[in-house]
Amino acid sequence: MTISIMTEKRKQKFAHYLATLRFALYCITHPLDGFWDLTHERRGSYAAANTILALTLLIRVMKLRYTSFIFLLVYWETLNIFLYLASILFPLALWVVGNWALTTLFDGKGRLGQVYMASCYALTPYPLIQFPLMIFSNFVTVDEAEFYMVLSGLSLVWSLALIFAAMMQIHEYSLGKNFLFTIASLFAMLVMVFILLLFFSMITQGVSYFISLGREILFRM
Amino acid sequence: MGMRWRMRKIIKRFGVLLASAVMLLGSSMAVCAMPDGGRYGYNYDYWGDVQGSPNPYNVAGVYTSVDMGLDKNLLNPQGMFVSGNLIYICDTGNNRIVVVERVDAEGIKLKQIIDEFKGDVEVRTFSNPTDIAVSEEGYLFIADKGNSRILKLDPDLNYMMQFDKPIDNTLDPELTFSPNKIVIDTAGRVYCIATGINKGLIKYENDGVFSGFVGATKVSYDFTDYVWKRLATEEQRAQMVSFVPTEYDNIYMDYEGFIYACTSNVTEEDIDAEKADPIRKLNLMGNDILVRNGEWPIYGDLYWGNNGGYDGPSKLTDITVFDNDIYVSIDRNRGRVFGYNDQGRMVFAFGGPGNENGYFRYPIAVDHMGYDLLVLDNLDCSITLFTPTEFGRLVYQAIDEFDNGEYIASGETWQKVMDINGNYDMAYIGIGRSLLRQERYHEAMEYFELKYDDENYSKAYKQYRKEWVEEHIVVIFIVVFGILIIPLAIGKIGNIKREIDTADIFRA
Repeated sequence: MTISIMTEKRKQKFAHYLATLRFALYCITHPLDGFWDLTHERRGSYAAANTILALTLLIRVMKLRYTSFIFLLVYWETLNIFLYLASILFPLALWVVGNWALTTLFDGKGRLGQVYMASCYALTPYPLIQFPLMIFSNFVTVDEAEFYMVLSGLSLVWSLALIFAAMMQIHEYSLGKNFLFTIASLFAMLVMVFILLLFFSMITQGVSYFISLGREILFRM
Repeated sequence: MGMRWRMRKIIKRFGVLLASAVMLLGSSMAVCAMPDGGRYGYNYDYWGDVQGSPNPYNVAGVYTSVDMGLDKNLLNPQGMFVSGNLIYICDTGNNRIVVVERVDAEGIKLKQIIDEFKGDVEVRTFSNPTDIAVSEEGYLFIADKGNSRILKLDPDLNYMMQFDKPIDNTLDPELTFSPNKIVIDTAGRVYCIATGINKGLIKYENDGVFSGFVGATKVSYDFTDYVWKRLATEEQRAQMVSFVPTEYDNIYMDYEGFIYACTSNVTEEDIDAEKADPIRKLNLMGNDILVRNGEWPIYGDLYWGNNGGYDGPSKLTDITVFDNDIYVSIDRNRGRVFGYNDQGRMVFAFGGPGNENGYFRYPIAVDHMGYDLLVLDNLDCSITLFTPTEFGRLVYQAIDEFDNGEYIASGETWQKVMDINGNYDMAYIGIGRSLLRQERYHEAMEYFELKYDDENYSKAYKQYRKEWVEEHIVVIFIVVFGILIIPLAIGKIGNIKREIDTADIFRA
């Protein structure tokens, strides 16, 4: 009896997960309506957001190997896969934190988690377009490269536009205010990068100070 | 073009081209410039990495004054010219021309020493002769630098005429005419580089009349240079780099009548600004028509260290062109020899500074005899004769076979080249092009992909795709038909079924 209830619950959970994942498709085609419902009607889930992010990362790595060399040159000797994944994760993290930190001071209704969820949902066009494009790239010549370039660019522009729309909806901002805070968030990202660099260089110097101090003591003993 | 190698440099540093903020993190990583020390023969691959290479040339002999049988040692020799199996050396310091004959593969013997000539002219000796050219009829043209003239002598050393300082009112009347390097064309026209004249090559008609300057290097400066110049004071301006065209170091006329010119006047700043083109091919109008389709620019070494008394880029000081359009230039900075093909791809690079055979102290002139190379060393006062090794010979053979339309043979020869040197990009592309001509598209694609030749790959792929579609047209048709028709049919059947189910006559 309990088992059947649990499986029933699990089934329901899974169905909910699938529904929220499917909702991403609605979001990218109806951004204003979709991103409003995402948080206000609880039609999105973190599980689905994580899935979309994971897919984006996966496609990004797969592209390295399976895109035709005509479009993507990889110098495997210096490729660092973690740094490569960070090229999505790091700006995303900066964006989420920077955007939330700013908007929360200026009547933004979205919480940190919601900014993250909406940003991830907005990434949907990337795996959706890049995966077929990756396969397609192996069937074209340099003369037909424009198709690839245009579609590839489209996936990025679409994603960026979606992020913009998403922020507007979850923070309940007007268009002008959202535009202002998008610019401000980008600036906040730069400030954070600056502080991080400062922080790392301070830590490095601090650590090296103690290391040399330790060496000196060992040397004197 | 410039974009392409800059992009590849970025890709090399980061693994792949990233268009994102993470660039900031990566920028602290060091660029790893490949060391090129310790190698004799080498080449650059698609990524610009140094790849060791078997030697394309062997030293067949190094000939000093003693080997030539000269009474007086060569002193500061400046120029060399090869005609048939005769080698003319300008023994500049001794004011004479030494003619040496190559008797067999490795042997030479002295033929003649020219230190004076006959004829109706005041000075019948040379003063600092720096270059010589010999026409097919045997007329000698000598750049008699110290006497400010270019001499034309007949084969029996009788004075015929001379070419003097050009009469041109843009030239400083005070300037002493010092012709430095000359070439002649089949019609007897003379082209000359003179010290202190940077308007290009001086061109004389065959009757000795000066007919203009050709092929001056383009002066390039940008807006910031202009602004700085305007703001600077007179004294500051005098200290700035003046924007004058660079002088050529040497010229060579190929078998088609195009002039190849090279200059050692290349700085690291030029190379960083991608303005360096030390080798030029000039047409009759004086325009640069050198093909630069190679993966990397043509200025000798791509990387160098600044130590051990050697710094800065290669100083290409002389050039010669084979009959298969491969041109060879020498670097007097590091004593190296660079060969490029007609597309601007590096065919080989070898040599280095030193006293051993095959190394140079100050190479000043290069010429060729068939595919053999002769290099004159100014400090060593010696000539080094290089003959192609099996590797070098096979490369030339493969290129010649391809040019003659023997595509299958060319592919086989490139395969032999690859067996000797598996890191030779030209061999892969050569095999690929041979396969492409044999309409073996799929195999060709593999070779092009290995060496990132996207243009040729696309050519092969286009044909392969066409063939594939033609072969499988029936299958494709059925699949497309199926995709379109089956859902339609299912929908239709569903409709009919529903109609039947809901039809009034079946209602109970």
